[in-house]
Amino acid sequence: MSTAAETEDLWRQLAPQVLGAVVRRYGDFETAEDAVQEALLAATTQWPADGVPDDPKSWLIRVASRRWIDQRRKDSARSRRELTVASLDSASDQVAPPSGAETAADDTLTLLLLCCHPALTQPTQVALTLRAVGGLSTAQIARAFFVPEATMAQRISRAKQRIKDAGAQFEPPPADERVERMRAVLHVLYLIFNEGYTATAGSDLHDVELTREAIRLTRMARAVRPDDGEVAGLLALMLLTDARRPARTTADGRLVPLAEQDRSRWDHASIDEGVGLITETLPRSPLGPYQLQAAIAAVHDEAATADETDWPQIVALYDLLERFGPNPIVTLNRAVAVAMVDGPAAGLEILDGIGADQRMAKHHRLHAVRAHLLDMAGDTDAARASYVRAAQLTTSLPEQHYLEGKATAVGP
Amino acid sequence: MKYLMLIYSNPETWGHPIFLRTAEGLAMSDAERVAMTEELDTLLTEIRESGELISVAALADPANATTVRVRNSVRLTTDGPYVEAKEQLAGLFVVDCATPERAEEIAGRFPDARFFAVEMRPIMGSSGEEM
Repeated sequence: MSTAAETEDLWRQLAPQVLGAVVRRYGDFETAEDAVQEALLAATTQWPADGVPDDPKSWLIRVASRRWIDQRRKDSARSRRELTVASLDSASDQVAPPSGAETAADDTLTLLLLCCHPALTQPTQVALTLRAVGGLSTAQIARAFFVPEATMAQRISRAKQRIKDAGAQFEPPPADERVERMRAVLHVLYLIFNEGYTATAGSDLHDVELTREAIRLTRMARAVRPDDGEVAGLLALMLLTDARRPARTTADGRLVPLAEQDRSRWDHASIDEGVGLITETLPRSPLGPYQLQAAIAAVHDEAATADETDWPQIVALYDLLERFGPNPIVTLNRAVAVAMVDGPAAGLEILDGIGADQRMAKHHRLHAVRAHLLDMAGDTDAARASYVRAAQLTTSLPEQHYLEGKATAVGP
Repeated sequence: MKYLMLIYSNPETWGHPIFLRTAEGLAMSDAERVAMTEELDTLLTEIRESGELISVAALADPANATTVRVRNSVRLTTDGPYVEAKEQLAGLFVVDCATPERAEEIAGRFPDARFFAVEMRPIMGSSGEEM
C-alpha cells in the first residue's frame, strides 16, 4: 500500500511525460497543458480511493486525451467549427502507445525549454515550469509565492498565450539557441530553489517544499543532460546549500549567519552527495558559474568549524567566478573572502569600487558587508552606522531583524 | 517584488477615475479625457492579464474618513483623514513585478502621475538570506 505522498510523487514524476505524449499527439500546448492538469486532478481524487492503476502513465494519458477532446469540442462548438470533431472521436478511443524512456527524457527537456521560453518574464517562466513540468496545481504555486490563486492562474494562462504568440512549438530549439535556452532553464530552477531556501516563515503553510521541488526538477534535467557540467553544478550547488537549511534559522525564524551555524545540524548525506557530484564534474566539464558556486559551497560545507574554512581557496574560486561576467553580488562575497585572508582593509577597498554603482549604493547587502568588515577592523561607530543603513534598506523582515540586532550588538 | 502603489490626487469634486476630476483633467478636451481613460483601462487590463495585479481599491471621498486614536486607553474618533493636505490618497494597487524597473514603468503609466504623484512602496517579505 503506497502512502498519499508516494502516490503524489508518482503522478508528479509522470506529469512531464504525460504532457509530452499529449502535445506530440494533438499539438496545441495550451489546451494539452490544461488537459494534463485535469488528469492529475482526477488522479488526486481517484487513486487514493481506487488504488493506483497498473499502468499509471497510460491512465493519465488516456484521461488527459479525453479532457483535451472535450475542451476542443467546446471550443469548436463555440466557434462553430465542426470539422475536427469527427476525427477527434476516433482519437479518443486510442490509448497512446507507451513512449520509450528516451522519448520521455527528450519530452521533459523540450518541455523545460518551452516553459523557460525567452518571450516570458522570469516569474511566469517559474510558474509555468512548476505547473507543466512539476505537476503542481495553480493553487499550490500561488500559496508558495504568496499571491492569490486568480493572479497565479492569470500568470500561467498569459505565459501559455505568449508561447503561442511567439510561434513556439513543442520541439527542441534551434541548435544556435540551445546554450542560451538551457541557461534560462537553469536560472529558473535556481530561482525556484532560492525562493524555497530563503523562506523563513510560513513554510509550514505550504504543502510544497520549493527547495525539494527544485532539486527534483534539477535531477530530472540532469537525467536528460548527464554530460552538461552546469546542470551537475547547479544540482551540487542546491544540495550543498540545502544541506545547511536546518541550521540557517532558529525555531522562531531568526537568521543565523554561516559562521554561527550549528554544523552538526547540517545534512551530511546531502553534503556528501553534493561534494561527490562537484568533485566528479569539475575535471570533466568546461568550467561554469554554477560549478564554481557549488565548489565554493563545498569548501564551506567541508570545514568542520567556521575557523577552519579554507578562505584562500574561496578567494581563488571567486576570482574565477568573476571572469564569467561582472556581478556586484559576487564581488561582495569575494570582498568578505579577501578580508578573511588579507584583513578587513583589503575587503573594504573592494567595496569602495562597488559603491560607485548607483543601484548597489542602495542595496542593503553592500552596507551589511561593509558593516561586517568595519566591525572586523575595530571601527565600531562606522560599523554600527552601516548596519543601521543596511537594516533601513532591506525589504525583508528577518534580515531587518538580524541587521538591527547586529547594530545593537556591535562594539562598546 | 511586491509594491503598494499609492495614487495621490487633488480633485475639484471626488470621484473615479480621479484624474478626470482634477483642474487639469477638467480643462482637457473630451477626446483627451477619453484617451486618458483608455490609457488607464489598457494598463489595468495589461497588469491583470499578466498576473501582476494583486489587488486594487478606489477610495471614497476623504470626507468619509474617520481617524481613530487611543489615548490613555480611551478611543477618540475624529472626522477626516489623518494627514491634512490638499493632496489626498485616492486609490491603491498592490502589484507583484519581475523587477523594480517594471514597477516604475507601471507607476508612471497611471495618468495621476502626470498631475500629482504615484508613490511606490515595497512590501516587506518574510524571505531572508543569511548575511
